Amino acid sequence: MADARVDQAAPPVLELRGMTKRFPGVLANDRIDFDLRRGEVHALLGENGAGKSTLMNVLYGLYHPDEGEIRINGKSVAIGSPKEAIEHGIGMVHQHFMLVPVMTVTENIVLASEPRQGGIFLDYDSAAERVRKLSDSFNFAIDPDAKVESITVGQQQRVEILKALYRGADILILDEPTAVLTPQEADELFGILGTLQREGMSIIFITHKLREVLEIAERITVLRRGKKIETVPREGSTQDTLARLMVGREVLLRVDKTAAAPAEPLLTVENLSVVDERGLEAVRGVSFEVRAGEIVGLAGIDGNGQTELIDALTGLMAPENGRVRVGDRDVTTENAHQHLEHGVGHIPEDRQRRGLVLDFTLAENLALHDYRKSPNSYFGWLRPGRIVSAAKSLLKEFDVRGGGPQTRASSLSGGNQQKVVVAREVSRDPRVLIAAQPTRGLDVGAIEFVHRRLVEERDEGRAVLLISLEIDEILSLADRILVIYEGQIVAEYGPDVTEQALGIAMTGGTREGAAA
Amino acid sequence: MSVTPAAQPPPQQEPTTLAARFALYQRAGGVITPLLTTLLALFIAGLVVRFTTGASPLDTGRAILDGSGLTWFIPESVMDIRSVAGTYDDWPSEAEARLNAEINLQQTLIFTTTLILTGLAVAFAFRCGLFNIGGQGQFFVGAIVAVAVGAEVSGVGRVLHVPLVLLCAALAGAVWAGIAGILRATVGAHEVITTIMLNWIAYWIGSYLFSLGGPLQSDRSRQVPISNDVQESAKLHVFWGDFQGLHVGFFIAIAALVAFYLILNRTTLGYGVRAVGYNPEAARYGGISVSRNYFLAMAISGLFAGLAGAVDIMGWQYRYGQIDIQQSDIGFAGIAVALLGRNTSIGIFFSALLFGALLTGSNTRNLALPIEPELAGNMTLIVQGLVVLFVAADLVILYLWRFRKRLGLPRREPKAVGS
Repeated sequence: MADARVDQAAPPVLELRGMTKRFPGVLANDRIDFDLRRGEVHALLGENGAGKSTLMNVLYGLYHPDEGEIRINGKSVAIGSPKEAIEHGIGMVHQHFMLVPVMTVTENIVLASEPRQGGIFLDYDSAAERVRKLSDSFNFAIDPDAKVESITVGQQQRVEILKALYRGADILILDEPTAVLTPQEADELFGILGTLQREGMSIIFITHKLREVLEIAERITVLRRGKKIETVPREGSTQDTLARLMVGREVLLRVDKTAAAPAEPLLTVENLSVVDERGLEAVRGVSFEVRAGEIVGLAGIDGNGQTELIDALTGLMAPENGRVRVGDRDVTTENAHQHLEHGVGHIPEDRQRRGLVLDFTLAENLALHDYRKSPNSYFGWLRPGRIVSAAKSLLKEFDVRGGGPQTRASSLSGGNQQKVVVAREVSRDPRVLIAAQPTRGLDVGAIEFVHRRLVEERDEGRAVLLISLEIDEILSLADRILVIYEGQIVAEYGPDVTEQALGIAMTGGTREGAAA
Repeated sequence: MSVTPAAQPPPQQEPTTLAARFALYQRAGGVITPLLTTLLALFIAGLVVRFTTGASPLDTGRAILDGSGLTWFIPESVMDIRSVAGTYDDWPSEAEARLNAEINLQQTLIFTTTLILTGLAVAFAFRCGLFNIGGQGQFFVGAIVAVAVGAEVSGVGRVLHVPLVLLCAALAGAVWAGIAGILRATVGAHEVITTIMLNWIAYWIGSYLFSLGGPLQSDRSRQVPISNDVQESAKLHVFWGDFQGLHVGFFIAIAALVAFYLILNRTTLGYGVRAVGYNPEAARYGGISVSRNYFLAMAISGLFAGLAGAVDIMGWQYRYGQIDIQQSDIGFAGIAVALLGRNTSIGIFFSALLFGALLTGSNTRNLALPIEPELAGNMTLIVQGLVVLFVAADLVILYLWRFRKRLGLPRREPKAVGS
């Protein structure tokens, strides 16, 4: 699409030439060239660790480049700090918002650049007025006086964007902006970006999600392992071509699987209620079953009781009411150790907080559930030789790169850490596999691996419960889909439900509403 | 620096627990930081000497070294004592100097023995993410039980008596620390608070037991608040030296160092303790009982401290009294030993040796001449305090340094971008 808004002839508003950034032992950016035209959305696409964030942090003055030149409007500039970046009209919205929750939207926006009366007192009213005007002109629908903690994540993101605009940015860097948003919020964000673009803003959009790139970017620059691979226009690009550029080989985006052949129920949940740490009923009378040989997807927006449900199903939290059975065994009141013993595998939501002991070696981590058992130990004595050799073959089977059995888990990349967790859970031959957000934060290659593995586990006759916040993941893997909303299962669908219907059910609309 | 094509900056996770933070620190600092910490502490102690007494820090250091007896290992240096001008009016003969060094070394190693054990008491809990401040109280309980069983039980023969006393004292220490462990595991009461409270309970129980007319007070000297001597059969064999020589408790401490290493790294128990120490949430997810490990780690810590009390009584003190209780701080010194020794077996051996040498070398007898006695007696405390301060401050410095590195900030040479 030759976009009239983008002036092809004018010099780019931003040009990076030969940007190089080294970290000890790692070349994070290797002579990267990049340019941004006025009024365009330019996506920076790459797997985790490809060097996208590093490049943008260099541009924003957070890192100092080892080599390379930054040109803004054709002039060479040095950016030594975020403050200088802002002076050059660059604004950045980080993945994790930098907002003070107890302060109002206006206070957050004017923080560190407050308009003052007589040089001392904060002129709050005029600041709020400016924020309101700015917000209205872009249809942001933000109340300048609302406390940040009381508005939604999507709105908080808009506050971050407003903050950049307030400081006079005309180049906006968005670092993985949709990672925290629901599908509906992401659509709203894209609408806003369109408005900004029409106003002449130039936007750099960092992501590893292919669909988004094709939806909003005019041009796409692909990074892989610190190098720029190519800059391509949106026209003529498909998810498959982009994935190949990104990963460097053919990637199977569609999960290749046959129809499920469900057999006997292995996980049966009856009328389960769970009370969370604050004493609130987070799971309210949930009943479902997962059969051998099927993947049941549990879709829902974060914080609708998924975490508490998982904890209750794995013995990490005692349910208030109801029953959980694994096969014929009632495990409702059993602890985590007993669940593990009776055939429950659990890929936890947070691999760093829960799934791994980061200061342990990979071998020690792989033995986490079974270190007390033969052959890992013998009358209370560990047998490091056995533990290491078992680890060696698992690491090979699951293609874990970046370290051997004696490497500390903390030094692995996220994708490889997750492979270690998957290796441990799957290798124990569980009857029921509970996979909570198994691909969170992973790149395309690792996602492909985990997905394929989950389907294999299904085909071997395990009951797989997949809990995910990603609609795409649920749709491509699940044989049956349950939707959880405010602690209750509100809908059940077959595998061919539309994304639209699922999205509505996830936000509390009924099945009828979805059909309408 | 090798540059690999993989553009993967090592992921930086924030360590969450005490033990995890310490592991990071250990990896980052290696053996250099403890050495620097020690040197810096000694240097500052030297400055204190300089500005309060006007004495030369170098002379003072030399006097401490001589007083510690470590010079015994280098025979030629023993006579160098004369180079310290004005130290002695009558030069000792070479044989006298040599004997003096030998006796001093024995005292140093006697302290080292106790410090190893109290250091292990802190370190073991530490590896489970717990801060055992109660080594002192556990030491008291061990010493009291050792006196009771060592003095009141008789006629069992050395072969039975010695192990019996050691066992009872170690178990007493374990029970004492185990109380704090149970409280932490069940109601979540923080071990720092409870162990400090238990220290005082042990202090006053001991003071009562040894008071005039108290249950454990001596039958022979009714006017002194002190216990009976332990039976001959409960004394540890002295294998080196005639005047308060080195006892076999030294080997018990060495064995404890080995046991510490083996339990932590080679047993399923140690695996659980370390897992809980590094990441209690992951341990719980892995089917490991966090409460059980909190209790076990504290109890084993107390075992080491109780053993320290027993070894002290059976090896050289032979009796215990109110004065001893009031003056003892060897349990607290264990904190500095463990911190400086990085909670590892080898590290604890060397830091215990260092503090043992300081305690002996800086006591008034050895330091009276170059500097004032009051200051001499407190030299160890000064160094000990500085070490704890530096280890804590090191963590802060390390954090700042990592923070800078994470942001990729240069040390101080902002490089020009472009031309």
